Parts: sequence; structure tokens; C-alpha cells
Amino acid sequence: MKKEMLLFSDVSLIYHTARGETKAAEGLSFSVSEGEFVAVIGPSGCGKTTLLSLAAGLLKPSSGSIERHGSCGYMLQKDELFRWRTIEKNIYLPLEIKHQKTEENRLRARALAVKYGLGDFLQSYPSQLSGGMRQRAALIRTLATDPDLLLLDEPFSALDYQTRLNVTEDVAEIIRSEGKTALLITHDISEAISLADRVLVLSPRPARVTHEHTLDFGGEKKPMRRREMSGFSGWFEILWKELNG
Amino acid sequence: MKKKDTRVFSAEHRKFLKKRKRNIALVWSLRIGLLALLLGLWELSTQLGWVDAFLVSSPSRIAKTIASLYREGTLFYHIGTTLWETLVGFAIAVAVGYGVALALWWSETVRKVLEPYIVVINALPKIALGPLIIIWFGTGSSAILFMTVIVGVIVATMHMLSAFIETDKNKILLLRSMGASKLQLLTKLVIPSSLPAFISMLKVNVGMAWIGSVMGEYIVSRAGLGYLIVYGGQVFRLDLVMSATFILCVLAAGMYFLVVLLEKLLVKNTEN
Ligand SMILES: Nc1ncnc2c1ncn2[C@@H]1O[C@H](COP(=O)(O)OP(=O)(O)OP(=O)(O)O)[C@@H](O)[C@H]1O
Ligand SMILES: [Mg+2]
Repeated sequence: MKKEMLLFSDVSLIYHTARGETKAAEGLSFSVSEGEFVAVIGPSGCGKTTLLSLAAGLLKPSSGSIERHGSCGYMLQKDELFRWRTIEKNIYLPLEIKHQKTEENRLRARALAVKYGLGDFLQSYPSQLSGGMRQRAALIRTLATDPDLLLLDEPFSALDYQTRLNVTEDVAEIIRSEGKTALLITHDISEAISLADRVLVLSPRPARVTHEHTLDFGGEKKPMRRREMSGFSGWFEILWKELNG
Repeated sequence: MKKKDTRVFSAEHRKFLKKRKRNIALVWSLRIGLLALLLGLWELSTQLGWVDAFLVSSPSRIAKTIASLYREGTLFYHIGTTLWETLVGFAIAVAVGYGVALALWWSETVRKVLEPYIVVINALPKIALGPLIIIWFGTGSSAILFMTVIVGVIVATMHMLSAFIETDKNKILLLRSMGASKLQLLTKLVIPSSLPAFISMLKVNVGMAWIGSVMGEYIVSRAGLGYLIVYGGQVFRLDLVMSATFILCVLAAGMYFLVVLLEKLLVKNTEN
């Protein structure tokens, strides 16, 4: 049994506003173990982003418990690069925030950027990069502090289809080769199947895990290859039914 | 700092650039031509006696008035007085406004408590404070400074506060997920992302500062361009009024231009 990086036990969360309360999660239990790539799919507005905020510790659960081992890095739908910083400075941002801007850490982050094709853009500003490149820079920024767990909130959904396939491929490659644990939120079923070791299906709001599947594809991890494999459409059908049934 | 452009362009692009250049030249010559036309008409209509030069003055009379102010040695005294009041008032208003906006951003409770007060002070016509200002500050330049500051500071506060509050929620979430403190949110995100708003606030406040200083001089002063305007009006020397107004135009334009320069300097690195 591998070490569990994240453990949700019977978590519920209620948002309180002046107009009333919204139950965003109830009886939510799941775990993510080390080195695993877990995708979470669910209908829109069911509480997926809430789940990530809970995992990141930005929200406290109303009841239940959340255990997380190690640090986490959060990646959002849009790249959220700061337009007044160069790509290099953007990548150093989490190091600055966490007061870890040592020479060693800077070099490591820089090396990551170079390794994954951003070397020529380090001194550019975000506005000079394409959407795909920017999202890649956002991932390198997330990896700069070497987090143990990556939390990805629909990181590809703002990209056009072609770019999206390419960036998905890149990001999968980067996450796998850096040996990271990842929790990916998406509402795109095929994205979940092409990327994940395990898929969790959430119910409509309040979110709860209704189904859970381990995807194998004979050890194949590359999203493009998976998309071409025979099992792919079968999984798609199953998940589609579970999501809509 | 401009590097020589050594790129080679297609014929079509060269044509485009040429056309653009010609367009800019046209706009500028029309601008200057319009000014010359208006000044010429003004001068001509007074020379030919269509209108009474005593009432509307004329470009040549303005030039003469300015020259005689210069000979009397009071020209730069008046300009200096108003300019000093305006610049110092501007600086104080901007600094205090920025500081108050920061404080209000920092504490939501304080912001909510003070909100109605700010709205009311903003709506109040500051000229209504004239008598109070005279009594509190006397008739020296501190009264005028106070007027300049009070006119500008609320605008500066409201402008910056709304920019601070509009800081991108997702970027705040991102920083918080990195474990950022409130001070870090401020220095890494809120302040840098509000730089364009800061520049536009400066532009607005250039105008506010001139309104404040001239209005202050209307009420209390014994020197300055606003004083010349009031005095000229009282003794019916419209040449003096027009001359002072003209100088104000030039100074205000100059100050605005300086802000634009600052903008080029500051924003150069942030956006392309
Ligand atoms: N800060 C908040 N205050 C009050 N209600 C909220 C807040 N954030 C989210 N909600 C509500 O909680 C529910 C779940 O929101 P959440 O953003 O987690 O859903 P989601 O699955 O990420 O949605 P989407 O598919 O649109 O990304 C929604 O009904 C939303 O309106
Ligand atoms: Mg969401």
C-alpha cells in the first residue's frame, strides 16, 4: 500500500451568504496516493472547485476531516501569469511568497523551464506568448516549489481544441516525468480518461463520490496513445452514463 | 533609448508606414492650423473693430500684457506661487489619497464604516468650505494648499480604492494557495496590478490640483494666477484675465505631459 497524500473522510462544506446557505459537498470521501494521477469529473456547479479549495486548505470543512501530507501547488483554469513580470519572474513567484528564493531553488525552477521548452521565453512578458505556452509556464510556476501534490482545476478548458490536445500531452509528460502526484478537476470525460490512473465521478451538488474507476490501458500513460486504444470509447460510454444518469 | 530599427519590411508594409506617417503629419498640421486660424480670427476681429478688444482682449494684447508683467518682474512671481501651491497640493493629495485607499483596502470593516462619509465628502462642493478655510488657515498659502489637497484627495482615494478592490479574484486565490500573507498580496499583486489606475488617477488629479489652487486663490490670495484673474476682473482689465488664463492652460498642459511621460517610463516594462 502506497502512502496516502490526500485523504478526505466524510467531508461536508456549506457556503454561507446573506441570501442563504449552499451545501457544496456532503459525505465526500476519497484518497489520493503517492505518484497517482487522479481525475475528478462532475456536472457543472457540483462543487469541484470547492473540493480543490478544501484540498489546498483555502477552505475549512464544515464537518469531516481532511488529511494532506506535504505541500501542494494549485493551477487554475486561466494561467494567471502576472503581466508585469517576465516569464522567469512569474516562475519565481511562489519561491518569493514562500521565502524560498535561494540560488539553488531558482536554478532548479529555471532548469525546469528550460527543460520544458520555455528557455527562449524567460525574458518575455506573458502577452508575448501563445495560450499553450502560457499554460505551460503556469505549470512550471506551480512546480517551482517542488510541491508534493498538484491540484489542477480545469487547467486546459480555456484553450482551443488543438492547443488543448498538445498542452494536455505536454503537461502529462511533465507531471509523469517529475513523478508528481496530481488531482485533476475536469468536466471533459475524454480528458479524464486520457490522463488519469483513477477517475472519480461526483454527484450533482452537494458533491459526493458516486463512482470510482481504475484505468489501466496496459500501462500506457500517453494521452494521445490512450485516445487511440480500443478501451477508450468503452470507458467514455461508462463515464458518460454515470455522469448523466 | 530608441534602438535604430533595422528590420526590412515588405513593400506593402512600407506603404502602410508611409501612409500612417502622412496621416499623423496631417493631424498635427490641422491641429496647429486650427489654433492659428482661431488666434488669427480673434486678432483680426478686434483689429477691425468687429468686437470690442476691451471686452474680449486679443492675442497681441495678451502678449503685451505678459511682456509687461515680465518687465515689472511679477510674472514669474505669480507663476511660481501658483505652480508651487499646485504641485505641493497635488503631491500631498496623491500621497494621502493613496495611503487612505491602502488602509481602506486593508480593513473591510473600516471601509464599510467610512464609505458613507467618503461619498458625502466627495459630493460636497469644496468651495463651500471657503469661509471655514479662511478662518482656520488665514489668507496665506496654507489655505490654498488645504483647498488643493481637499479637492484632490477624495478623488485620489476613491480612484485607487476601486482599483485595489477590483484586483483579480483568481490571482488572489492563486497567491493564497501559495500561502501568501496579506502584506504579500498587497506588494506582489494589488499594488503592481493597479499601476495603470495609478497613472489615470494622476492624470485626473492634475486637473483637480489646478482647480483647487485657482479656486483657493479666488477666495484668499494676494498672489498667483488665480489672484491675477480675480483682480483683473475686479478692475476690468480683461487682458490680465486672459493672460493669466492662457498661462494656466500652458502650465496645466505641461504638467499633464509630464504625467504622460511618467506613464511611458513606468508602463514600458509591463505591457507590450
Ligand atoms: N464563495 C462562495 N459563496 C457562496 N457560494 C459559493 C461560493 N463558491 C461556490 N459557491 C456555490 O457552491 C456550488 C459549487 O461551486 P463550485 O465552484 O465548487 O462548483 P464547480 O463544480 O467548480 O463549478 P464549475 O463547473 O462551474 O466549475 C455552486 O452552487 C456555487 O454557486
Ligand atoms: Mg469550478
